[in-house]
Amino acid sequence: MTRIEILDELKKVFAPYTTNKEMLNSINDDTDLIRDLKINSANLVDIIIDAEAKYNIEIDYDSADKIINVGTCIDVIMEKLNQNK
Amino acid sequence: MNKRIVVTGMGVVSPNGVGVPAFLHAIQNGVSGVKFIPRYEDLNFSCRLAGMPDFNWDTLKNYVSDVTFHGLKGTNIGYGLAAALDAWADSGMSYETEEPRWETGCVFGNSTADTEAMKNVITRVDDKEAKKLGSRVIEQAMNSGVTSYIAGRLGFGNKVITNSAACATGTQAILMGYEYIKHGYAKRMLVGSAEHVDPYVYGAFDSMRVLSRKFNDRPEQASRPMSLTAGGFIPGSGAGALILEDLDFALQRNARIYAEVLGGSANSGGQRLGGTMTAANSTGVIRCINDALTSSGIHPRQIDLISGHLTATNADRQEIQNWSKALGRSGDDFPLINSLKSMIGHCLSAAGSIESVAAVLQIVHQFVHPNINLEDPNPEITNMVSIYCLPLKMIKKEVNIVAKANFGFGDVNSCIVLSKYK
Repeated sequence: MTRIEILDELKKVFAPYTTNKEMLNSINDDTDLIRDLKINSANLVDIIIDAEAKYNIEIDYDSADKIINVGTCIDVIMEKLNQNK
Repeated sequence: MNKRIVVTGMGVVSPNGVGVPAFLHAIQNGVSGVKFIPRYEDLNFSCRLAGMPDFNWDTLKNYVSDVTFHGLKGTNIGYGLAAALDAWADSGMSYETEEPRWETGCVFGNSTADTEAMKNVITRVDDKEAKKLGSRVIEQAMNSGVTSYIAGRLGFGNKVITNSAACATGTQAILMGYEYIKHGYAKRMLVGSAEHVDPYVYGAFDSMRVLSRKFNDRPEQASRPMSLTAGGFIPGSGAGALILEDLDFALQRNARIYAEVLGGSANSGGQRLGGTMTAANSTGVIRCINDALTSSGIHPRQIDLISGHLTATNADRQEIQNWSKALGRSGDDFPLINSLKSMIGHCLSAAGSIESVAAVLQIVHQFVHPNINLEDPNPEITNMVSIYCLPLKMIKKEVNIVAKANFGFGDVNSCIVLSKYK
């Protein structure tokens, strides 16, 4: 799975939690989940749970802490996907 | 302390009507909201009926953001939000605000979180999957879930309280909001209550043998307060909400005024003198009614209508006797009395607020709603009060003052007095 493919998929994962829906289509690695997408910090947990289910991976506490923007989110997902191989 | 407190908005999710216009039509025409629930048959319950609102869950998208809607599972919270936000809009105010509304608070009650929604939580934890619960469970499991959603949506900055007093919850919430404004702490209070009787709570009532079980094939006839064939109550779900305001504050913004809350009282019979966890101490009930009249500054003779608790158990007879003793009125001299539960069942924590919305509507539209299913009044009741005090059909008449009371498990009582605004 490429970064572009994951990014496209992530738009669907973020959709229920962002109040800034217009921005979803133009997200890139630098898009901040809380500041730009206006996601409630408590909902980051829900995004992690949804991503775990979607990619059949487990995101541990340390990896979860690294998720700040779209880029780091993709990094963590790719890392876990590679571990599954 | 001589502030007057008025009702300026109402919202309701009732088994026989969602929204005030539908509810008004239903109570004027004696429309029942009691339905057969096939699942209760599968679960082998003795009673298989419930007062269930025709509530379209997706309409909540009109009240809260998509993000809030996603993951909202608590049925009691959904009912409460709809009733509360309808009441707010009905009083002529907008949902949106940048600043907290420091002058407005909330007292909204409920019994318990949606146990059926919580069942999924329990299953997950037992399956060692607690990590998958996510962020939205606690806010809906906490008893203050309903007030948190309401107060957050409307930006309330004054006192926000979740009350719980079993079947007295709704009237108690109204009384607490009234007292808070009366004492000058807030200018406006959104008050009310919500209830969702899920199968687990329902099953426990069924086991107590307090539910009606002989009318499963005739749902609309099953809730029979004051009748000879009353054989227990029908659990109901829903929510009611009212906007209470300091009169001067309401007049300043040219608010429409539905009615005035003259006063009220809440007490307990102490589970003494015949009172128990499940039965009311009559001395406590009579004191509660008398204190409510004193607080309201009215004479018992001024009461045009009693909106009773009257659940359709053998406590109905005792309740009528208590009203009769408290008011010193009996026979033809007794006021008109009705039980909304004949149409919607017993909505437990939501009963007091839904019934209070009905009481205000009867004042506004000058009518007395019928008691349905009362073709066979209990002679032990008609020995005390005239049969003409128990209307079977809607009566159009002058209704100036209504006494509304509810009595709950734990031997708790609550009575409020509502008046036409003059």
